[in-house]
Amino acid sequence: MEAASHSEAKTNYLNADYGIKSWLLTTDHKRIALLFLGSITFFFFIGGFFAMLIRLELLTPAGDLVLADTYNKLFTMHGIVMIFLFLIPSIPAVFGNFLIPMMIGAKDLAFPKLNLASWYIYMAGASFILYAIVTGGMDTGWTFYTPFSTTYSNTNVITAAVGVFIVGFSSIFTGLNFIVTIHRMRAPGLTWRRLPLFIWAHYATALIMVLGTPVLAITIVLVALERLFHFGIFDARLGGDPLLFQHLFWFYSHPAVYIMILPSMAVISEVIACFSRKRIFGYDFVAMSSIAIAVLGFLVWAHHMFVAGISTYAALIFSLLTFFVAIPSAVKVFNWTATLYKGSISFETPMLYAFAFIGLFTIGGLTGIFLGAVGLDLHVHDTYFVVAHFHYVMVGGGVTGFLCALHFWWPKMTGKMYPEAFAKLSAVLVFVGFNLTFFPQFLLGYLGMPRRYHAYPPEFQVLNVLSTAGASILAAGFIMPMIYLVWSLQYGKDAGPNPYRAAGLEWKTASPPATFNFDETPVVTWEAYNYDEIDAPDHGPQKGVEVAG
Amino acid sequence: MHPTMGLRRGLKLPDSEIAVQHNLKHHFADMEQQKETSTFGMWVFLVTEIMFFGGMFAAYLIYRLSYYNAWVAGSQTMEIQLGAINTAVLICSSLTMVMAVHSAKLGNRKLTAIFLILTLALGFAFLGIKGVEYHTHWVHHEVPGADFHFEHAGNYDPRQVAIFFSLYFAMTGMHAMHMIIGAGLLTWLLIANARGRFSPSYNSPVEMVGLYWHFVDLIWIYLFPLLYLISHHHNG
Repeated sequence: MEAASHSEAKTNYLNADYGIKSWLLTTDHKRIALLFLGSITFFFFIGGFFAMLIRLELLTPAGDLVLADTYNKLFTMHGIVMIFLFLIPSIPAVFGNFLIPMMIGAKDLAFPKLNLASWYIYMAGASFILYAIVTGGMDTGWTFYTPFSTTYSNTNVITAAVGVFIVGFSSIFTGLNFIVTIHRMRAPGLTWRRLPLFIWAHYATALIMVLGTPVLAITIVLVALERLFHFGIFDARLGGDPLLFQHLFWFYSHPAVYIMILPSMAVISEVIACFSRKRIFGYDFVAMSSIAIAVLGFLVWAHHMFVAGISTYAALIFSLLTFFVAIPSAVKVFNWTATLYKGSISFETPMLYAFAFIGLFTIGGLTGIFLGAVGLDLHVHDTYFVVAHFHYVMVGGGVTGFLCALHFWWPKMTGKMYPEAFAKLSAVLVFVGFNLTFFPQFLLGYLGMPRRYHAYPPEFQVLNVLSTAGASILAAGFIMPMIYLVWSLQYGKDAGPNPYRAAGLEWKTASPPATFNFDETPVVTWEAYNYDEIDAPDHGPQKGVEVAG
Repeated sequence: MHPTMGLRRGLKLPDSEIAVQHNLKHHFADMEQQKETSTFGMWVFLVTEIMFFGGMFAAYLIYRLSYYNAWVAGSQTMEIQLGAINTAVLICSSLTMVMAVHSAKLGNRKLTAIFLILTLALGFAFLGIKGVEYHTHWVHHEVPGADFHFEHAGNYDPRQVAIFFSLYFAMTGMHAMHMIIGAGLLTWLLIANARGRFSPSYNSPVEMVGLYWHFVDLIWIYLFPLLYLISHHHNG
């Protein structure tokens, strides 16, 4: 591998500078991505620890492992850590950060210092949340519903809310940076319709981050003012309206679900195209479906409130709008499937995760339609059916997409290959463990087991034992990559610039890339996913894939 | 690229070229792209600010429709003269801000400094007058909380007036917070200007802070009629 040894000898972003200061003061988007990768992995395992305690408690019908109050804190802390500290930043802050400038042929994001600031802001907010956890935790649920959060809860609500408020600005600045970068920093010739679909989906994600997060921020400010100074905006005793809180909260938090899933869809489009050696079927539709999801996502929030006391007409309209979101989501699933058709498919680890994503997201998305139907929602609202549904979307979709991206771009980030056999085994463990954990929860919910209780009637035990057993397998599937990926840093095979012969500008530079990504700004004359040209025996060097810098 | 790199190679560059190179960040192709990028970024940020205030405007609208009479009563406690003076003060500060941007573009350091100081002074004048208003509300027990007390003479529950005041303090408080941040930015500009950081070819920080300052003014232009004027002559 001459190209590989050549790139190895060069200075790259990892060895360009040494010492803790060179990391903490870096403005290189790739180093900041790695800072985020370390931080969110840490919080993923904290959130996972709470999840394990929840599953252990539910192993037996009696509430015998933790007190009811402790259980309330466990699911609250699990939710807050997983959503605000892992899922929201996960793919955008790590892979978006790392790849967007490379995919569009830029040297960095538009605002490198703001990018570093968003990591520090994230860490500051995360510290508040961590402090709230170690000094006693909080028990409002991740949703901070009023009046419990403003009046009755005696736990660290304010500290946690301040943490969420601060973390929100990290998300806003990341989104702002992406939007401006994608508009202003594209390489010559890289028109909008030549962009990888990864970029389109991140653009849609960034729109949601920028438009939704400020609303959550002001909502949290109002909750804090209410709790500290008894303002009464959300307090029914003072004439305020707790439903207004739910409207404002879900105006952000429903689109936030799409912040968690769109970046995974971004990853899947790249991986499916690469491992079936085909251009994505219906590129324009897949690109526009991202934007459609972002726009429609803002119009469906009240489907979280069907039983909260909104009017029947409002419920019907939000139900209808909720069905509309299924259309662009289905466009993606169908187009990925059509891409596979007559493709030359290979089953490397990222592709296994991509397949897992398509299946699990389809189940998660379709059960979302069930919940969007008012009649059925009344039946299964606040049951384990809902828990199973959103875990299929967020873990089956979000985390699977994250692991897919981690394996696909690990060679690019580190210059080393992961061990394929172990990686495949862990992908299978994740898939089996995930389904065993969460599929029984659909059944539990349909049979009427409510969420957020630490004890349950004995007839639900078999399904709960299955779920806890699945969670153990899932945990093994998550811990394995931690071990073999760290191992691969030292002992992994050299990856070379493009181990998968993938399309995309990020593969045309060395692995790991140099600090400014490209020796010369590339000029793009081809469409995204030009696998026909790459695989053609006579492809020219200007469109080639092994032009290591 | 390092600003003196060309010089080390023995090339002679005109002063303006050196200034341009010094301010061009490594990841931009040219000054124009850099300037467009920062302007665009600022506009996107202002969109997030609209959404930030938007949550409170939505709450205002909903409660105004639900508790109209209480809203009228609350609105009538506002001191229109002080609000009007403050509106004038802010509009003047926008003018001086524009003049500061203009002077910076002409490269006139002294005038830039004078207009920045004027803007800052008007900003503090606004905050001072706002403080006087807050004090009056405090003295009259119009601050929501345990101490809240409102003599009511109409067909409404006085607790609904407390919600009006909650939103009044939340909205004007958030606005004042933005003014204070703006004052900090103006101070930073003053220091940078004194150090000669700005020139006709590089002055986008002044322009960006200017955009922010105008935005904060604009929020007030909406707050003033909504909180002070809109129900003033109605009977509760």
